[in-house]
Amino acid sequence: MPTSENAFSTALALILSMDSALISIVTLSLQVSLMAVLIASLLALPLGAALALWHFPGRNAVIVALNALMGLPPVVAGLCVYLLLSRAGPLGEWGLLFTPSAMVIAQVILVLPIIAALTRQQVEALHGEYAEQLNSLGLSRRRMIPTLLWDARFGLLTVILAGFGRASAEVGAVMIVGGNIDGVTRVMTTSIVLETSKGNLPMALGLGIILLALVTMINAIAHMIGETAKRRLG
Amino acid sequence: MNKTTTLITASVCTTALAWSASLLADDDFITLASTTSTENSGLFDAIIPTFTEATGIDVRVVAVGTGQAFEIGRRGDADSLLVHDTAGEAQFVADGYATERLDVMYNDFVIVGPSDDPAGISHSETVIDAMQRIAKSESPFASRGDDSGTNRAELRLWEDAGITPQGEWYRELGSGMGPTLNTAAGMDAYAMTDRATWVAFDNPQNLTLLFEGDEALFNQYGSLLLSAERHPHLKHDLAAQWHQWLVSEQGQQAIADFEVDGQPLFFPNAE
Repeated sequence: MPTSENAFSTALALILSMDSALISIVTLSLQVSLMAVLIASLLALPLGAALALWHFPGRNAVIVALNALMGLPPVVAGLCVYLLLSRAGPLGEWGLLFTPSAMVIAQVILVLPIIAALTRQQVEALHGEYAEQLNSLGLSRRRMIPTLLWDARFGLLTVILAGFGRASAEVGAVMIVGGNIDGVTRVMTTSIVLETSKGNLPMALGLGIILLALVTMINAIAHMIGETAKRRLG
Repeated sequence: MNKTTTLITASVCTTALAWSASLLADDDFITLASTTSTENSGLFDAIIPTFTEATGIDVRVVAVGTGQAFEIGRRGDADSLLVHDTAGEAQFVADGYATERLDVMYNDFVIVGPSDDPAGISHSETVIDAMQRIAKSESPFASRGDDSGTNRAELRLWEDAGITPQGEWYRELGSGMGPTLNTAAGMDAYAMTDRATWVAFDNPQNLTLLFEGDEALFNQYGSLLLSAERHPHLKHDLAAQWHQWLVSEQGQQAIADFEVDGQPLFFPNAE
């Protein structure tokens, strides 16, 4: 197909030209998604671990809800954040709609359940293995959280990458709350939608190739860090 | 032991801080809710720099369907609107959401379809006749179905033609103009589009322009200045400069100068 052939040459030409518009789009994409994953991880890792260790009434309902929210449609998350941040909404005063901050908030909502649910599962398995030792050390459950998270870190790296994958791939939420404003809130995925709607399919696919390459690169770096750390520990 | 982790965390945090700071820097901008046809054709890329140079005000464009643009305006999320649904715009002013509406420019709608033209609309004298031929032959027709200005204009034409469009041939897509053209090209369907999007569209495949030139296909764009009384937080003064610039000599000239493939796509007609 000519389109796919053109897409590769378009992608290559784009990268080689170091187009300033492309660089700002790529930078914003990474900033928004990395920021969202960072915030979501800070909240979701302890939350997931706590959920693994504490048993309370309604715990199963919380677990089911978190698991279900892993499948939250981005456009629904976007709509909720839109209504929240719109001037007519409860947080309208902040004036955040159509800014990168709004995009980060929407992506945090999408990523948080994934990281929390998968962390819960990993930590629970680990705790099952080490429960006796941990109890014999006389650790309180609160003290166990950092220990277990640290022990599960290699598995959790993959969990965080899953969250990053979700954030960098979604378009429905950032389109609604960001508005795809040129130079302000335009990211890779919204550019791809825009180019598709212009019928400029080689450009759309070319941007898709670049996005995929970037995500691959980040995963490779994370993998290398994980492997190096494992080897050092012996 | 985890130097790398610390390093990564530190660098991410630094980037985050630098970025948050850069967000606070620029305040001389307005948010404009407009249509996909104006954005997709490249009009804004052509005229906004001229405006920014003259006034120092940046214009941030959120391109959506006209129906959604009204909703964004009603909620106070944009400072100004540039849309194309004259009846809807008048209502918007009457409801008190905008203080003023001005004619800015026009272009026209055209009907595109598969090049073999199974309904034979290229022989039509009027758009009403063209619509009737499509309905009668039950040829596939791709409708925006998204309450956009183009969608509203299309529905008015069906009404004028005395047809209630329904059946398997009438496909409501619920998408923007570009995606609708992509889909129409994929299923060899007729579609009504504004000329600007059509000329700037790069994926026509077997689609070709089949009907144009009826006065009923006139497509007027209007600028709405939102009411600061209703939404005091709006950048009313900056938005007023944009609103006035569009109908000024310089603004009208910038619109007239915008061409794609040597073809002007919007015709200024401010009074």
